[in-house]
Amino acid sequence: MSDTAKEFDRRPWVLLAPSLLAITVLVVIPMSFILVYSFYENIDLAVDRVAFQLGNWQELLTDGYYHIAIWKTLRLSVIVTVLSAVLGYIPAYFIAMTKFRHKWLLLLLLILPFWVSFIIRTLSWIHILGNKGALNGLFMWLGLTEQPIPMMFNEFAVILGFVHVFLPYMILNVYVSLEGIDANLEPAARTLGATPWQAFREVTLPLSTPGLAAGGLLVFVLTGGSYVTPLILGGPNDFMFGNLIYDAVVSELNWPMGATLSFTLLVLLGLVVVLYSRFMGMNQLSKAFS
Amino acid sequence: MARVELKNIQKSFGLVKAVKDANVTFEENSFTTLLGPSGCGKTTILRMVAGLEAPTSGDIMVGGKRVNEVPIHKRNLGLVFQNYALFPHRTIGENIAFGLKYRGVSKSDTGAKVKEALDIVRLPGVEDRYPSQLSGGQQQRIALARAIVIEPDVLLLDEPLSALDANLREDMRVELKAIQHRIGVTSIFVTHDQSEALAMSDKIIVMSAGRVEQIGAPEEVYNNPASEFVANFLGASNILDVSVSGSDSTSIALDAPYFGTIAVPRDRAVNLGAAKSGKLVIRAEKLRLTNEAVDDKAISAKGVVEAVDYQGQVARYFVRIGDRQFQAMNMIEGRPFDMGAEVTVKINPEDCAVLPADR
Repeated sequence: MSDTAKEFDRRPWVLLAPSLLAITVLVVIPMSFILVYSFYENIDLAVDRVAFQLGNWQELLTDGYYHIAIWKTLRLSVIVTVLSAVLGYIPAYFIAMTKFRHKWLLLLLLILPFWVSFIIRTLSWIHILGNKGALNGLFMWLGLTEQPIPMMFNEFAVILGFVHVFLPYMILNVYVSLEGIDANLEPAARTLGATPWQAFREVTLPLSTPGLAAGGLLVFVLTGGSYVTPLILGGPNDFMFGNLIYDAVVSELNWPMGATLSFTLLVLLGLVVVLYSRFMGMNQLSKAFS
Repeated sequence: MARVELKNIQKSFGLVKAVKDANVTFEENSFTTLLGPSGCGKTTILRMVAGLEAPTSGDIMVGGKRVNEVPIHKRNLGLVFQNYALFPHRTIGENIAFGLKYRGVSKSDTGAKVKEALDIVRLPGVEDRYPSQLSGGQQQRIALARAIVIEPDVLLLDEPLSALDANLREDMRVELKAIQHRIGVTSIFVTHDQSEALAMSDKIIVMSAGRVEQIGAPEEVYNNPASEFVANFLGASNILDVSVSGSDSTSIALDAPYFGTIAVPRDRAVNLGAAKSGKLVIRAEKLRLTNEAVDDKAISAKGVVEAVDYQGQVARYFVRIGDRQFQAMNMIEGRPFDMGAEVTVKINPEDCAVLPADR
């Protein structure tokens, strides 16, 4: 018997194999290529020399432009995450608590936007916020303003676009979390003397933090890694780190620099995930439900 | 500690009338049970007293004051839920101290009160554990401690024993009653379990389909059911259609199928009134089976045992008399009757209750 117990159990590895294979082929190997590429030297447009030199990395560390981009990315990601948390919690709470019999309909409404391309949803803001957009049309028709108010191509529009696109991720995560809370807990707190607000703050809110944390992480990472929204809705100064990668790879055809920046972004966002799960204590939070 | 009165309480959920004109008093410091099958409105009444539901009409009085408009958190009630509803993210100590915080109790007093409450429920020293680290029975004790530590005017118990397993449930019901007796708080207990109701209550309110069927002490409700529903819900009963054939100063003579004429004492037929026909209720444990000869004066009928449900000390027999099956619950003396045994079934008129035919 002890022989069979010691024998190598293949089953977990067999079951893991497809995902391990996918991660290796689609993530680990390409990222290794990118890391190697970051040491190459770019001579001219799209002309690279195979080398091992630290020029690209030196540029990243010394050029303030990149640091500004990192700062802007961090700042925007935090703003978008916080806004999504605040704006997302309310509908999530509503869907979780409503006595409406067809809850699935509300959830369907939440998923509906995903059926339309992300880019089209982002572009649609031009028709709302643009100089000839719906809002300015309305304001001018009401006589509130003579000239259209510039609402596009600034940071406000970028934040709006991000929140619009990533909000469902937050709502769904918070909703799942709220749905798992025992419906008797708030009444229990109420009978013990808590006002509705106190009962929410002391019971429901702390018990829904796993959902907030998961939604927040998702929104943060998705925002931090994107470049399309600032490209479409932002002005010349509203660039994020992703835009620099786009510029390096697509406009300047400087792949070694693009590789350097890509790898940097991956490490930075990976670091956020690691720190986050460490300090937000994902394990600790999941305990609340056991 | 306060007396709770419901005056003409109605509650509708849309078109469904959950509670129909309930007039009920829960006496100060007494233990009153709302008993009935699920959907009878008992939990709705409890939730209305707690403030978790608002009555459609009628008044809820606690300690002589109308509380309809008083918000939940100002009612000073202790509510114990079936599923315990402990805060999973708080320690046991924090759970119990939860209500004290809103009552301005100082830190040092809080510790002492929490300790005292844990002593009352006989779980000292678990302050620093989390609810998930305790068993179901222990969690329910903590829920009780959390409810009584705030010294509520009324203690509301919403099927608090239903989630526990059978042995634990019986221990807990003795203990719960003892704790209630000790602290002397007005208690409203909701259950669908008739044996819990009989064992624990000072008074039982039997409900069915939103209506109060009967209010009375456990013996009263058990021995003198006011309706067929009550007779059937509190233990197994045999019900026979009977007609009144005569009466004198002490008893009423009834013509019953199979058993002939039965002279039931008048106090067993108070619910009958002047009606000419009625229903005779005989509890399963009052039907006596025997295979010995009976004297002529005894009221009896011959039957055949069709099934035996052996339970150790007692056995439940299904006996066919004529074209009807009767249930009899008898202590086993010697050997239980076998299936197919021919037996004589005896009735004692004092053990019967008579209801009007239309109830």
